[in-house]
Amino acid sequence: MLHFSRWKTLGIWAVIALGVLLCLPNFFSRETLDRLPNWLPKHQMVLGLDLQGGVYLLYEVDRQDYLQKRLRSLSGEVRGALLQEPRIGYSNLRETPNGVQLRLRDASQVELARQRLTPLRNPLSGSLLGGGGVEEFDLNISNDGVVNLAASEAGLNQRVSQIVSQSIEVIERRINQLGTVEPSIQRQGQDRILVEVPGLGDPARLKNLVGQTAQLTFHLVQSQVATAQAQTSRPPNSLPFVSQENPAQTYFVDAAPLLTGDDLADAQASFDQRTNEPLVSFRLNSSGAQKFGRVTQQNVGKPFAIVLDEKVISAPVIREPILGGSGQISGSFTAQTANDLAILLRAGSLPAKLTVVEERTIGPSLGADSIRAGIIACVVATVAIAVFMILCYGLLGFFADIALIANNALMIGILTAMQATLTLPGIAGIVLTMGMAVDANVLIYERIREERMEGKSVIQALDAGFRRAFATIIDSHLTALIAAIALFWLGSGPVRGFAVTMAIGIVSTLFTSYLVTRLIVASWARYSRPKTIPL
Amino acid sequence: MKPLRLVPDGTTYPFMKWAKVRTPISLLLIVVSFALFFTVGVNSGIDFKGGTVMEVGGHSQPIDIAEVRSKLDALELGEVQIQSIGNSNEVLIRVATQPGGDEAQQQVVQKVRAALGETDYDYRRVEVVGPRVSGELAWTGTLAVLFTIAGIMAYIWIRFEWQFGLAAVATLVHDAILMIGFFALTQIDFNLQSLAAILTVIGYSLNDTVVIFDRIREILRRYKQMPMSDVIDLATNQTLARTIMTSLTILLALVSLYLFGGPVVRSFTASMIWGIVVATASSIFIGGPILIYFNLRPEKTDAAVKPAVKGGSASKPGAVPTPAPRG
Repeated sequence: MLHFSRWKTLGIWAVIALGVLLCLPNFFSRETLDRLPNWLPKHQMVLGLDLQGGVYLLYEVDRQDYLQKRLRSLSGEVRGALLQEPRIGYSNLRETPNGVQLRLRDASQVELARQRLTPLRNPLSGSLLGGGGVEEFDLNISNDGVVNLAASEAGLNQRVSQIVSQSIEVIERRINQLGTVEPSIQRQGQDRILVEVPGLGDPARLKNLVGQTAQLTFHLVQSQVATAQAQTSRPPNSLPFVSQENPAQTYFVDAAPLLTGDDLADAQASFDQRTNEPLVSFRLNSSGAQKFGRVTQQNVGKPFAIVLDEKVISAPVIREPILGGSGQISGSFTAQTANDLAILLRAGSLPAKLTVVEERTIGPSLGADSIRAGIIACVVATVAIAVFMILCYGLLGFFADIALIANNALMIGILTAMQATLTLPGIAGIVLTMGMAVDANVLIYERIREERMEGKSVIQALDAGFRRAFATIIDSHLTALIAAIALFWLGSGPVRGFAVTMAIGIVSTLFTSYLVTRLIVASWARYSRPKTIPL
Repeated sequence: MKPLRLVPDGTTYPFMKWAKVRTPISLLLIVVSFALFFTVGVNSGIDFKGGTVMEVGGHSQPIDIAEVRSKLDALELGEVQIQSIGNSNEVLIRVATQPGGDEAQQQVVQKVRAALGETDYDYRRVEVVGPRVSGELAWTGTLAVLFTIAGIMAYIWIRFEWQFGLAAVATLVHDAILMIGFFALTQIDFNLQSLAAILTVIGYSLNDTVVIFDRIREILRRYKQMPMSDVIDLATNQTLARTIMTSLTILLALVSLYLFGGPVVRSFTASMIWGIVVATASSIFIGGPILIYFNLRPEKTDAAVKPAVKGGSASKPGAVPTPAPRG
């Protein structure tokens, strides 16, 4: 056990040197690192949101909201399909909680209705199951003419899954325009999106930017009334939208929008040249510009409403045809809200409403406090354990301390190289690992003492101590690893950081406290030929 | 320099004989833990219960808790706890889950910020956990604990005989119960970190127990006819120095964390300090001794072949400090 080949010795020191090299960049500032030659490792540890401050937001696609909107458009499609020539008479078309229902006037048209409505079942392509066998709606027509188009569970799931992917793209575009460092946007499970943005001072603004649907539509205004009366007198084919500035005011607008956010080519925040008020100027794409030109030509003198997420931002009167395809949205913005609206319009709307189901925000000052406290705790623990080991095991304790320092370097080096996220519980994990790191040394040294007391020679005792403690060390490390894996699985964010450092620590302590200490002890035994073991 | 010996060499503490004291103490602790858990209960944090926590600083000015309370009471948010932390410059505000789903929880933060204002206070930490997420966290937490216990049992069962597996699990369940009792007694926030603390202590407790089991197995092989209770006593005594030493180094690390690691990890480390003390005691007093009930050896060897033990150890003088014969 005490013999090491030259290559093995070299290998062990090389691993430690690599660990030290990898952990060194953490002690320098970014600027110093940038000046160093490129072949040196420059990665620094990734700090978790709890250490550098930041926002953690878990969003969930609002299925109910999505379904409601989908059913609203579906009932329009159903109406359109039935009104084609030859017309199919129906009554009582309504949206049920998960579908659309109607009654055919003439039960003999059941087959014709089936033909017309079957395309609306909307087979969804690109199904994960292959074959594209999923249909969004189930069509059911009873013999007496009651038609039921109900959303299928599988179809809804697939839709939600698509919505998550689309939303992630939209959110990425939105956050990237904020110019913050390295946001992380990930899918979680079937219908959730995890957004983590480090180092942002204003979480409310982020939430506003990420969570807003930002569905922009332009509608012709039919009439406006006080919100209190909006329930009683709704004109046919209209939608009631409340004014953003004055919630007591409701506009009845054409249900069909003139333009949507998809028709936009660009949007920028700017200022009104006369009043100097912030506003958002936009430019339409060519088809949008044509449509807008045509409509404004026909409706000069009438108001149209600019609607964002079902609220009327402003309702200007069309003074002249707008043919150039560009325009402005004004509506008591501040410079920042105008800027944010421009970002939202450029990035596009979310395909469905997202709800925050979990939020954790850490201010940067708290994070800095935590880092400082963590470092102090690390240093104090290292010194305390090192002194304790020397007190109890003398020279061999000092050897264990060298291994302990090597272990710290190695752990930090591995964490840095893996770019694993360090959290505050993660720091606790490092400190705790130091306590456990010397455990293997304790096991070995106690074993050496026992062997020595049984009358073995110095070399024999050293050899037997290392050999016989090995099985125990493996056992104790593996069981600790089981707990770490369970923790990793359980945890999100900070707790997962704890599990990661524990797991890395378990592996690195196995290396340092077993191999490194053995190497040092072996060299010591070879060169100073001790007559007794100072234990 | 003469090294410090915390545990003298060749101890022969009759751990098995102390059952009369040990069993009632640990039963009493378990009963007390259960009683606390079912009467007072643990103080579930927002991770498992849902709700809102806000850590609010006063820009280095002392915060008037009464003023904060009166402002927040006007919001009618149901159960609101306001507690000063660290120094008087910071308060922790907890608001229970609001009726009305996830969006209602979101409005709590807006309302509180509006009521307190943005100029006088500094919002250092805001956490909102919706009712569904907290339910899921509680569920995965339970699964993680069960998974750990099952994994550990499986590992010990593969590595040792099944009796050791059962004894190890009995020990760590004992430790986990005592830790939960600690959470109920101190009313420390019971959250994901607390669960992490419990799982870590479980891992550690096992580590300690396994070292003793390893030694028990070794002695069982070496001295085929030594009575079981002597084997356990011998193994526990031989590993005692290591058990104490390792616990102390870990406690050194934990105490540094507790004193210097800042308020966020303080409750986490406090529960772990208790856990390590319990785990150390239980691996010495429970893990090994409990094996006596699991007939690891056929009954006959215990009484019939006692003389052969002496023969066995006599051939290797001083090999093992022979335990005092049981009276």
